[in-house]
Amino acid sequence: MRVRVWGARGSLASPGPDTVRYGGNTSCVEVRGADDTLVILDAGTGIRPLGVRLRERSHGPIHVMLTHLHVDHLEGLGIFAPIWSADTELHLWGPSSPVSSLEERITRYFSPPLFPVHLADVPANVSLHDAPEEPWEVGGLTVRAAPILHAGPTVGYRIEEGDRSVAYITDHEPALGADLETAAEEWISGHALSFGADLLIHDTQYTDGEYPNHIGWGHSSESHVATFAERAKVDRLWLFHHDPMHSDADVDRMVRRVRERWGVGEDRCVGAAEGLEAEV
Amino acid sequence: MTQRSLLMIMARDFASRLATAVFLVDPDGTLVYFNEAAEQVLGQAFVEGKAVDAREWSTTFSPEDEHGEPVALASLPLGVALTERQPAHRAIRITGADGVPRGIEVTAFPLFAHADECVGAVAIFWEHTER
Repeated sequence: MRVRVWGARGSLASPGPDTVRYGGNTSCVEVRGADDTLVILDAGTGIRPLGVRLRERSHGPIHVMLTHLHVDHLEGLGIFAPIWSADTELHLWGPSSPVSSLEERITRYFSPPLFPVHLADVPANVSLHDAPEEPWEVGGLTVRAAPILHAGPTVGYRIEEGDRSVAYITDHEPALGADLETAAEEWISGHALSFGADLLIHDTQYTDGEYPNHIGWGHSSESHVATFAERAKVDRLWLFHHDPMHSDADVDRMVRRVRERWGVGEDRCVGAAEGLEAEV
Repeated sequence: MTQRSLLMIMARDFASRLATAVFLVDPDGTLVYFNEAAEQVLGQAFVEGKAVDAREWSTTFSPEDEHGEPVALASLPLGVALTERQPAHRAIRITGADGVPRGIEVTAFPLFAHADECVGAVAIFWEHTER
């Protein structure tokens, strides 16, 4: 699989001179299978430049996997170029709520007054799917979704191709439900989903100093993600969902602290930046 | 290892912070957790990772009604919550693992992640003065 980051910012798009290196676009990650199967993780503003790229080349079905429906993970969908083409086959996957389907929930955002056009009226052939509990196949990729701890219905994803795996767990506060250092693995949100992954892309919104003032907001601190990665025995970690108030220098410091805490180097832990790519 | 239901993870965390006794079971009725307040009422400590099925926990504490008759699992509030998928309340007497008899009030209710997906049940209980 080839993995590329198109947006790594959390909560709010944050362009400007202080965020040039990691980027200001909100969550969007492209995953390409060896057979060119295309999965897009989240539809934050980072999906806009990806859409421009896709417009320049022919493509098969597009599968967008939404972790949840907070705006920073959805707001790019309306300006994703392929949805304005009748030739596009677009599948939207995401969590249902305890009482509503994904379709019912997503159309609340994708309609006036929040968006000028109804989802049903876009030219692309759009299908909506509640993320199932069992793994499913998308081209040559196997996708698994599981609920994770965040405010409201939220899932994380694990994508596998052969014996390689990528876990995408953004907007995640596992420390809210368990002591990450001592809890049994089955009681740690997201652990099974990310266990042994070749690459884990994980929320690291707060410094350890900031976290106490944000408990329950649904995000992780530097120590949380270091402990989580260590217990999940992942190979590589990309720190993701950077706080919109954090500059590139702030993120650099956070990356260093996570490495120190986890005891790994640059080869295994980096901050996710727009344009960051890896073969998994 | 498979992750527990997110609702159960949150329920356990919630219970671990409560001074009210809480007892959590999975959809099959297997005990998955009870908190420190429950330990005091039940007279024993919670043992992590020890699966205790419904048949065992429903008899371990010798639940009895007000006439001293044994109360079967299906008539315990937690049994009702599991089998009938509805809340239930009852006053019973138990004998803790420490050998101390106690009168308790129990309220139990099922936990639904979706309308058709029961992920377990929770009982809260407290000692009452003798009637």
